[in-house]
Amino acid sequence: MGKRIGLEVSLSAAEAVKMADVDCIAAYPITPQTHIVEHLSELVNDGELDAEFIPVESEHSAMSVCTGVAAVGARAFTCTSSQGLALMNEIVHIAASMRLPMVMILANRSMSGPISIWNDHTDVMSIRDCGWIQVFANNGQEVFDHVLFGYRVGESQKVMLPVMIHIDGFILTHVIEPVEFWETQQVERYLPAFKPIHALHPDRPVTMGAFGMPSMFSEVKVAQDEALIQSKSEIMAAWNELGDLVGRYYRPIETYRSEDAETLFITQGSFGETVSLVVDALRDEGKRVGLLMDRLWRPFPLDEFRQAVGNARNLIVIDRAISYGGQGGPLAMDLRSALYKERNQPNITNFICGLASRDVTIDDFKNMFNRSMEKIEGNPREEDFEYYGVRGK
Amino acid sequence: MEPTNVYAYKLINRKEYFSPGHRACQGCAEALAVRLVGKALGRDTVVACATGCMEVVSTPLPFTNWNVPWIHVAFENAAAVASGAEAGMKALMRKGRLPKKRITFLAMAGDGGTSDIGVQALSGALERGHDFIYVCYDNEAYMNTGIQRSSATPFGASTTTSPAGKVVPGQITWKKNMPEIAAAHDIPYVATACPSYPLDLVEKVKKGARVKGPAYIHILSVCPTGWRLPPELSIKAGRLAVETGVFPLYEVEHGRYKLTIDTGKLRPVTDYLKIQGRFRHLDEAMIAKIQQRVVEEYERLKKKVKMTQGD
Repeated sequence: MGKRIGLEVSLSAAEAVKMADVDCIAAYPITPQTHIVEHLSELVNDGELDAEFIPVESEHSAMSVCTGVAAVGARAFTCTSSQGLALMNEIVHIAASMRLPMVMILANRSMSGPISIWNDHTDVMSIRDCGWIQVFANNGQEVFDHVLFGYRVGESQKVMLPVMIHIDGFILTHVIEPVEFWETQQVERYLPAFKPIHALHPDRPVTMGAFGMPSMFSEVKVAQDEALIQSKSEIMAAWNELGDLVGRYYRPIETYRSEDAETLFITQGSFGETVSLVVDALRDEGKRVGLLMDRLWRPFPLDEFRQAVGNARNLIVIDRAISYGGQGGPLAMDLRSALYKERNQPNITNFICGLASRDVTIDDFKNMFNRSMEKIEGNPREEDFEYYGVRGK
Repeated sequence: MEPTNVYAYKLINRKEYFSPGHRACQGCAEALAVRLVGKALGRDTVVACATGCMEVVSTPLPFTNWNVPWIHVAFENAAAVASGAEAGMKALMRKGRLPKKRITFLAMAGDGGTSDIGVQALSGALERGHDFIYVCYDNEAYMNTGIQRSSATPFGASTTTSPAGKVVPGQITWKKNMPEIAAAHDIPYVATACPSYPLDLVEKVKKGARVKGPAYIHILSVCPTGWRLPPELSIKAGRLAVETGVFPLYEVEHGRYKLTIDTGKLRPVTDYLKIQGRFRHLDEAMIAKIQQRVVEEYERLKKKVKMTQGD
């Protein structure tokens, strides 16, 4: 077992990047991901990590540099948040379509405007359909483990896709948490050197990024989607092996006291740990409540989700993003769609809250539980979703 | 022309790295320039190409005209993609995962991909000092999308977004001086070139690849389709651009300016303008304005040559 130390989550993320022996880091400052690249620049300048640190002039170039790095068969890392992600958006999509593996940490932050440096998932949802493997990490240890997991899965020749790790800005990036480091031998066993199927090299010239005529385009895109869907078996294998190696087993949908639950909260990101306390409190009151935490966001774990819902009668879906003019939060919309064909569809209530780090406390989640029960007993179809904790609502 | 140049054409690499069969228009001087750049750089080259004519004419999936490793990602980021390829390969070689070898990294884009949408990525890559060569194939408008004006479109030219109208006579801004902007980054090598002067072009590209650090080559690439001139006049138009002083051929080596082709007394700009449909509408006053500007800029360039060759 590796050493266990207390460290800011951003710093431990950078230490995991070092353990992954990345070759190039493209870095552009944006709050709240800055501590990660700052620490990486220290590791490189102190000679602790043998990598090229490329301080690019924009996030658009950060992602472009990473595509160039991955295209020659080297290991690339970058991280960003909200506006940075929006600026690099174009290349985020292309990296996936070119099947170039890399790892990006997205320190989740609100999308402007008004400009806000604080945390929610509006940036995550803005690139939901970009074709990357996307996972949520809920604490510092999970961030550390998933950096290594990201390279392991993305670089698998059966997958060849970039991997994005979502971590809540400030709430996770800026807190000190105990993190258990891996032993070097564990990393070596888990993460082999990157061996791409094709790489840019004069000895074996290849053309990458050719343009697709309508006669080819659909086939290329469907193949890309199939690659993402099929990556799940590699994801599961990589999680199992990680568990065997370091004793932490991860699953696409993490569950907490959900087996016999009548009502399930469903969360993404750091809300999960708060809601687990709410579940305990409600259980103490004799209410059969449980929690599902969505870890794997893309590819969407449809079977695991349906199975985890089981016979629960009520789902309380907590969204941290708005789908303007839509039918609820992005997570709730996906989950409703996932359950559409189920014979015994549960009641689904949906709350959008915690935008720009607005605090959502244990009492707030209890209120949401009570409100859900009221709605379900009244007319469950009364409203598809509601904003929680907003003045005037 | 130096006497050695008479037989020197035979010394140009006979191998094709940008192979025949591409879909460029008849008389496309840009395709010719790309071919010459490939010959100058040879096989050990990795190309990062921006979206644009050259990407479209050479890589309709599943075909390719490229016999060297080649990547296209997007429009504005050729310099950043090349930065990544260069840095990645450098790290792999240093860490012993690839055999050490001298590889040239070429980023290429058109004038839109360079002086408009790609100028930020280019400036970043030049400032960071990556060991690569950036070639701008300047055909003076967005030809791939249908001849829209760019910041490299010359004053007076009629394009589809700067049409010669009843009130506004075509492009009313002066061509952005991209080679000077590149030179302002204090990089080791900057040059202008034109495929109408193939030996000059090849020598400059070779020199750019040899220097340690970034090199920038700005190649005027005559576009018969967009300039409205017969394809057989492509090479001649390039020569006239140089002989009139509209596009002087020079290099800036570690800050020292040198005119590499000095054609002596400049020909009048009308010799260059009158063969092109895009300038057909120009009246005498507009032509006089262009003539005056060309002479002024040429004199300014000669002053820089004089000033920097002395030290």
